[in-house]
Amino acid sequence: MIQLNEIEKVYRTDRIETVALADVNLTVAEGEFISVMGPSGCGKSTLLNLMGLLDAPTKGTVQINGSPIANYSDRAMAALRNRDIGFIFQVFHLVTDLSVLDNVQIPLLYRRMSNADRRKHAEAALDRVGLSARMHHFPSQLSGGQQQRVAIARAIVGKPRILLADEPTGNLDSQMGDEIMNILATLNREDRTTIVMVTHDQQKAALTSRIVRLFDGRQVN
Amino acid sequence: MVRHYFVLAVKVLLRRKFFTFISLFGISFTLLVLTVVAAFFDHAFGPGQEEPRQNRTLYAERTLMHGPHSTSGSSGGFKLFDQYARDLPGLERLSLHENGHTVHTYLDGRKISSSLKRTDDEYWRILEFRFVEGTSFGTADVAEARFVAVINVATRDRIFGGQPALGQTFEADGQRFRVIGVVENVSSLRTVPYADIWVPYTTAKTDAFKREITGDWNAMALAKDTASMAAIHEEFNSRLLRVELPDPKEYKALVAPFETRLATFAREMPLTDRKDPESQVWRFVGLLTLLGLLFVLVPAVNLVNINISRIMERASEIGVRKAFGAPARTLVGQFLVENILLTLIGGAVGFVLSIFVLQAITDSGLFTYARFTINLRVFGWGMAFAVLFGLISGVYPAWRMSRLNPVQALKGGSR
Repeated sequence: MIQLNEIEKVYRTDRIETVALADVNLTVAEGEFISVMGPSGCGKSTLLNLMGLLDAPTKGTVQINGSPIANYSDRAMAALRNRDIGFIFQVFHLVTDLSVLDNVQIPLLYRRMSNADRRKHAEAALDRVGLSARMHHFPSQLSGGQQQRVAIARAIVGKPRILLADEPTGNLDSQMGDEIMNILATLNREDRTTIVMVTHDQQKAALTSRIVRLFDGRQVN
Repeated sequence: MVRHYFVLAVKVLLRRKFFTFISLFGISFTLLVLTVVAAFFDHAFGPGQEEPRQNRTLYAERTLMHGPHSTSGSSGGFKLFDQYARDLPGLERLSLHENGHTVHTYLDGRKISSSLKRTDDEYWRILEFRFVEGTSFGTADVAEARFVAVINVATRDRIFGGQPALGQTFEADGQRFRVIGVVENVSSLRTVPYADIWVPYTTAKTDAFKREITGDWNAMALAKDTASMAAIHEEFNSRLLRVELPDPKEYKALVAPFETRLATFAREMPLTDRKDPESQVWRFVGLLTLLGLLFVLVPAVNLVNINISRIMERASEIGVRKAFGAPARTLVGQFLVENILLTLIGGAVGFVLSIFVLQAITDSGLFTYARFTINLRVFGWGMAFAVLFGLISGVYPAWRMSRLNPVQALKGGSR
């Protein structure tokens, strides 16, 4: 599903070179639910950004569904992200000016689809995360856990095969965190959605099928 | 999609009320000035009621004699046009008419001042006046020097108290005329048709003007078609070389081109070389365009700056949209929609304001009989300015925003 070969990511400024990732080889099979762990600054988010095609590696290749994406144009990568990848962020990143329903529809705006279909899909996604009753609310009217559920609904509304979650429970208390983990586990089990989750939380990581550990930008196993 | 953009645009505008107010103020004030200027130009130079055939009419209104030591500018003389312009090729009609000058009528101890213009009969065939009473004077009236007059409604009001004036007589500068026609008032900015009183030129107290090369006369040439206009212009210029100048020691050359109204105006502007009439219109229009662009550019640059900071506040949203597959071009489209919506609102406000301002200028009586209105052409100009403004101030920030790296954008949003 996702294949990273000899990945290196270096951030360069005028004076300093920072190696964020070095010599990373990772294959994520279809239907897997893996977690990426490691101390702050070890390159977890960078790894997730490379998998999500939000950033390009300095060296090495990223393959999604068997095809290397190095030669993809901006437009082709945008289309691939839109179709196959859903993102969940630690700080939710909901658009505060839009209602819950409009927020969830965002990925569908970049597909050929009627307004009625978009709305139907968004309502179904909100139903799955148990927030049908709140669709006309605005993000500021919701609790943190509810906001993250909206973000999950937004991530799954386009039925992507891959979900990339960057510390999805990091800003939530343990009860809300458990709710989110339940939703992710259900998505993985029922829809066979491939999930890669970055986390600091050993307990949450234990619920996934495999743990990848990073230290100073390198894989440790 | 459009509904989504529209809803978001309205929300963003309402959320930052002060920013929106500043932006709208800048846009509407700029558009107000541009629309008022456009209405002025339209009023003075656009095809109007009295000059429907302006597109094939040329005017010789300003002559210039120049020599090694001095230059003298004035209107042309009757002889200049009578002798050299009558049989120009491509000419359908030629009218000679004097500049208007002020005359006085004394009535019950009151002094009434009016602008009187002496014209020929062709004047009434080239121009198109709205008669409310009677008609104009014809060939026989001019040939036999009949003391007849066409007056405008304002003069009828002043001299005859608004009563029907047909057949009545009045005195102007010691001559008594019989009214044979009354026309609607004509704006003083339309210099050729404008006057209060029109009389046959043959009623002048002396005919000394008939021997003058420069003087107080203007010629108006109606070409058979637009293609003939260049020939009229060229031929008259070449005939000017044969004209015997009144003071050959002092002046060596005469410039008296048949040209459009705009060209005449352009030649009179500062910073132009009045001896070379050919290039003035383009220089003038170019200068005006440049000034217009500069005028639009300053608030546009300001708006660009405000837009950039406003957009950067929305870095998180841009990051999310990019992550979920928004192509750069679509994002540019979204921000352009927002900006054009803002400028259209500003344009509408500016437009309504300009209606009031033009009404106030009309009411002030600053320009005699001028009634400034926003017609469809001026409205078109206003809309064009609004869209241009929206594009100028929106494209760059939108493009910059669409180039944001999604990871950076998301980080910017989380700060």
